[in-house]
Amino acid sequence: MSLAAVVQMLLSGLLMGLIYALVAAGLSLIFGLMDVVNFAHGELLMLAMYATFFLWRGTGIEPLLLVPVVAILLFGVGMVIYRTLIARALGVRANRGMVQIFITFGLAIFLQGAAQFAFGGDFRSIGHSLLANRTVAFAGVYLPLPQAAAGVVCLLAFAALLLIARTEFGRALEATREDREAVALLGIDRDRIFALGWGLGAASVGVAGAMLAGFYYTSPDVGANFALIAYVTVALGGFGSLAGALLAGVLIGEVEAVTAQLFDPSLKQVGVLGVYLLVLLVRPRGLFGTL
Amino acid sequence: MLQLEGVSAAYGGMAALHAMSLQVAKGEIIAVLGANGAGKSTLLKAIAGQVERRGAIRFDGADITRLPAHRIARLGINLVPEGRRLFPRLSVEANLRLGAYARRGEAGRFAPLDQVFALFPRLRERLAQRAETLSGGEQQMLAIGRGLMTQPRLLMLDEPSQGLMPKLVDDIFDAIRRIRDLGMTVLLVEQRLVEALAIADRAYVVQTGRIVLAGAASDIAADGAVRRAYLGM
Ligand SMILES: Nc1ncnc2c1ncn2[C@@H]1O[C@H](COP(=O)(O)OP(=O)(O)O)[C@@H](O)[C@H]1O
Ligand SMILES: [Mg+2]
Repeated sequence: MSLAAVVQMLLSGLLMGLIYALVAAGLSLIFGLMDVVNFAHGELLMLAMYATFFLWRGTGIEPLLLVPVVAILLFGVGMVIYRTLIARALGVRANRGMVQIFITFGLAIFLQGAAQFAFGGDFRSIGHSLLANRTVAFAGVYLPLPQAAAGVVCLLAFAALLLIARTEFGRALEATREDREAVALLGIDRDRIFALGWGLGAASVGVAGAMLAGFYYTSPDVGANFALIAYVTVALGGFGSLAGALLAGVLIGEVEAVTAQLFDPSLKQVGVLGVYLLVLLVRPRGLFGTL
Repeated sequence: MLQLEGVSAAYGGMAALHAMSLQVAKGEIIAVLGANGAGKSTLLKAIAGQVERRGAIRFDGADITRLPAHRIARLGINLVPEGRRLFPRLSVEANLRLGAYARRGEAGRFAPLDQVFALFPRLRERLAQRAETLSGGEQQMLAIGRGLMTQPRLLMLDEPSQGLMPKLVDDIFDAIRRIRDLGMTVLLVEQRLVEALAIADRAYVVQTGRIVLAGAASDIAADGAVRRAYLGM
């Protein structure tokens, strides 16, 4: 393998890994805050991708400019999911954990079905934009611009999440996650914090989806694969850790790229799950986990 | 200021308080005494809205029996809970400031910091440290300080002296007296009967979820028969 091919492989692993990382960050944020695994996380990604596609097709606006719009849209979706479904699930008296699993699992199936019904099963892609199908080449290494932009935007989104964590609201988020009852004693409405946490988690996946739509086919079941990787990423990085999600996402992107290159593209998930099993055996709380 | 009438409380159907009635007037220090498992913590949790409850709880005339915990806190009742319940991974400063979070938008919401530092100068030296790195005494100071940051009119303390060395116990009781002198009303649950009765105006004795005795703290402290019968001292 030439040096250029190695760099190419690592580069594509890095760029995909940054998307994985941001999707996982949203999942991890929600899980860390309230111990709820969002099984509909992949479907939020799918919604973000469709939103980007249809906004682009309807208005012709450059998809990059749509990223904040989609992020805000998904923020709203996350808040609504919390207020209508999750808050109720938290209020049940028996089998609370099961109810949460079934509710988000049911939501995933519902959203997939609804997308199939509303948009059909066709693969959608953004055909022309500032970056679509463009690459820059340097010393035999090709850098596809939509993926590169996605990587940069994902890093910016991580920076934004880290900044938010340092605000007063971020501290309230952390406090709620550490002790949701103590927070209420201080007059903090934890229901509101939870709703905003869901909004923030969904907005993260919204940014990832908006960028992903620029180079990946959008279909009703696109979320499943990304969700699986997100669960592995969160487990690998450590539940609730932002830095863990970032490093684990990139690591998984690289493992995937290397497996695809050295063995066969159809085996890339085997490599990812192999690493996951290894981590479970060696360090069950993940690389950065505190739980 | 605070009235309870026939207040019962339960954990998932298991009754822990039975038809309790009590009053707290503005500016008082009220001690709630009783053996382990008597229901003292449950009483404070019922007032703070942390446990299922029935009956009537009024604060400054308003019925708060059905309000959620955060709304009760915003009315000016703060519970410094058993075991302190700090945010261990946040700094001392962040813990304190979170006490003022619910007052976002109000001018001077961090003003009580000066009071807190006057009461507990040691917290000022520890501002940047994580709460979990504090000693037991400092953690209790932080828990009370965080409560004061909410600017409560009624401060409820659940066994603030628990697990502290004797010297620190004196400091905490001293601080409680000074907090009352700042104009706050204090409802104090304690296992340290002598110290609690020494600073309290009145006291209630709780046994198996019922109030079995109420009176002036000095009378209870002086009555040997009462002390032996109810307090095992
Ligand atoms: N979280 C809980 N779940 C179930 N029962 C509880 C809980 N907390 C306290 N109890 C029960 O309620 C009763 C009163 O407890 P508590 O108010 O903590 O007593 P105290 O503070 O006086 O030691 C005890 O019988 C105790 O076992
Ligand atoms: Mg107790």
